[in-house]
Amino acid sequence: MSEPGLWRDAERRLRSNRAAAISVFVLLAFAIAALAGPWLSPHRYDEIDWRALAIAPTLHDAHWLGTDQLGRDLLVRTLYGMRTSLLIALLASAVSLCIGVTWGAVAGYAGGRVDNAMMRFVDILYSLPYIFFVIILTVLFGRNIFLLFIAIGAVGWLTMARIVRGQTLSLRRREFIEAALALGVPPRRIIRRHIVPNVAGPVIVYATLLVPQMILFESFLSFLGLGVQEPLASLGSLIADGASTMESAPWMLVVPATVLVALLACLNFIGDGLRDALDPRQPG
Amino acid sequence: MLSYAIRRLLGAIPTLFIIVTLTFFVMRLAPGGPFDQEQSLPPQVRANLQAAYGLDQPLPVQYFRYLQGVVHGDFGPSFRYRDFTVRELIAQGLPVSVTLGLAALAFSILVGIPLGALAALHHNRPLDHALRFAALIGLALPTLVVAPLLALLFGIKLRWLPVGGWEPGSLRTLVLPAFALALPLIAFISRLTRASLLEVLGSGFIRTAQAKGMPAHVVVARHALRPALLPVVSYLGPATAAVLTGSLVVETVFNIPGMGKYLVQGALNRDYTLVMGFVVVYAALTLLTNLLADLAYGVLDPRVRHE
Repeated sequence: MSEPGLWRDAERRLRSNRAAAISVFVLLAFAIAALAGPWLSPHRYDEIDWRALAIAPTLHDAHWLGTDQLGRDLLVRTLYGMRTSLLIALLASAVSLCIGVTWGAVAGYAGGRVDNAMMRFVDILYSLPYIFFVIILTVLFGRNIFLLFIAIGAVGWLTMARIVRGQTLSLRRREFIEAALALGVPPRRIIRRHIVPNVAGPVIVYATLLVPQMILFESFLSFLGLGVQEPLASLGSLIADGASTMESAPWMLVVPATVLVALLACLNFIGDGLRDALDPRQPG
Repeated sequence: MLSYAIRRLLGAIPTLFIIVTLTFFVMRLAPGGPFDQEQSLPPQVRANLQAAYGLDQPLPVQYFRYLQGVVHGDFGPSFRYRDFTVRELIAQGLPVSVTLGLAALAFSILVGIPLGALAALHHNRPLDHALRFAALIGLALPTLVVAPLLALLFGIKLRWLPVGGWEPGSLRTLVLPAFALALPLIAFISRLTRASLLEVLGSGFIRTAQAKGMPAHVVVARHALRPALLPVVSYLGPATAAVLTGSLVVETVFNIPGMGKYLVQGALNRDYTLVMGFVVVYAALTLLTNLLADLAYGVLDPRVRHE
């Protein structure tokens, strides 16, 4: 994974993948809008406008996408929701990444009974719909936004651990590890300096595919009321609000739903593109 | 076959035991109690409540009591639905959720497999491209978007079907939620069927069948479909997990009194016993369907023998 040629090839392949290339631009546009967009509107995400309750999209008073039941501007709330969703997904992916890589590398490197026990634990968690663990965790931690992403991330690491373990098992028998062992490098250091950097490729690919899953998880929990709490918003909670008022105000459902679907599609296209680009078996 | 099934069922017991244990200790070691929401509860009343629910006992005692109960199918009283035990709530919600889940699974198999076969038979022709594009969209739409949009379109705009609610045995209240649950599965199963059918159609025994002049649809129905369905069968385990997960959203959106709705309410209210009991039941359901999928695999593929 260290030759520059591979990364250059990968970049070329990614550029020639139209869906992925367009998705990168759309995603950048989304990210910029989520970060800078709220400043362009005169409204705040928690500002209640009593003279404009649940009005449809209009040019009047700069409520370009309408307002919700409390007269809060839907455009600004959607942008804020996107910000929350992206932030939580990135943090949760990072948490999964840390746990998964450590768990997999240690299990694969230790081998034997330790490996068996550690992977058996992963198997058990794997055989269950893990959303129920997240629900248990949200019951425990309360509905706190900062603990939420840890809870989501703490169950997303299973596949990551499996991938890293598989890679580590094959790396362990390679000469450079033996050499390090012969030189008396302690196992902790071998894992950190020699194993982890060498599994970076598959880990990066899986991590990009993890982000949309995390966004979906977060929306799922917020949709059920177990995630982000008022007056904060995430795409999931906005969709839930919209679903409860869709009879009188369908735009409140349609706007955040469209944004969520577009965001997920972009991230999936990028992840797939990256996987194809980094897979050396793929013909260039 | 029978001894394999029994062995697998026995093998699920330690897994369930671990789940019950994990759930119990994680729940009890957590900060915050089930009575935290009642503000200004006098300490005496709080202590009485704790004693009534056995929360004043040492943790190991609580654990063994809980285990004893679970073995007898008793998950204790619900903390929030004061007049009900968790078992009664499960007994109310489970039939509804199972009906909905089975309907969704049946929907996804009965629609997904024919669509996949259709796409494979029209390989690289317009119909194939159209179906693949539709599957891509079906997979990209999460249930929490599809369910309210279906309710909006068919329930509110067109008024063909009720927006929500549940009448036991009524098809009208079942169709929309089952379809919302099934949509991503239909997309995935049709993709699986298409890919594996294309692979099987390229193999030697199919060419033999074609060479002896057998019409294409008979070749597919009699020879190709059975081996091509194996990936679909092994997908039934994950599909069940997807249905169980999706049912939380669908039951909330369509206001269906199934287990998912109780679980969400229980989680919102920190109803410990309810959440613990329901998670155990959900885990048992998942293990059971995984077992059924493995058995079905053995029936379809004679090379797999369960010794």
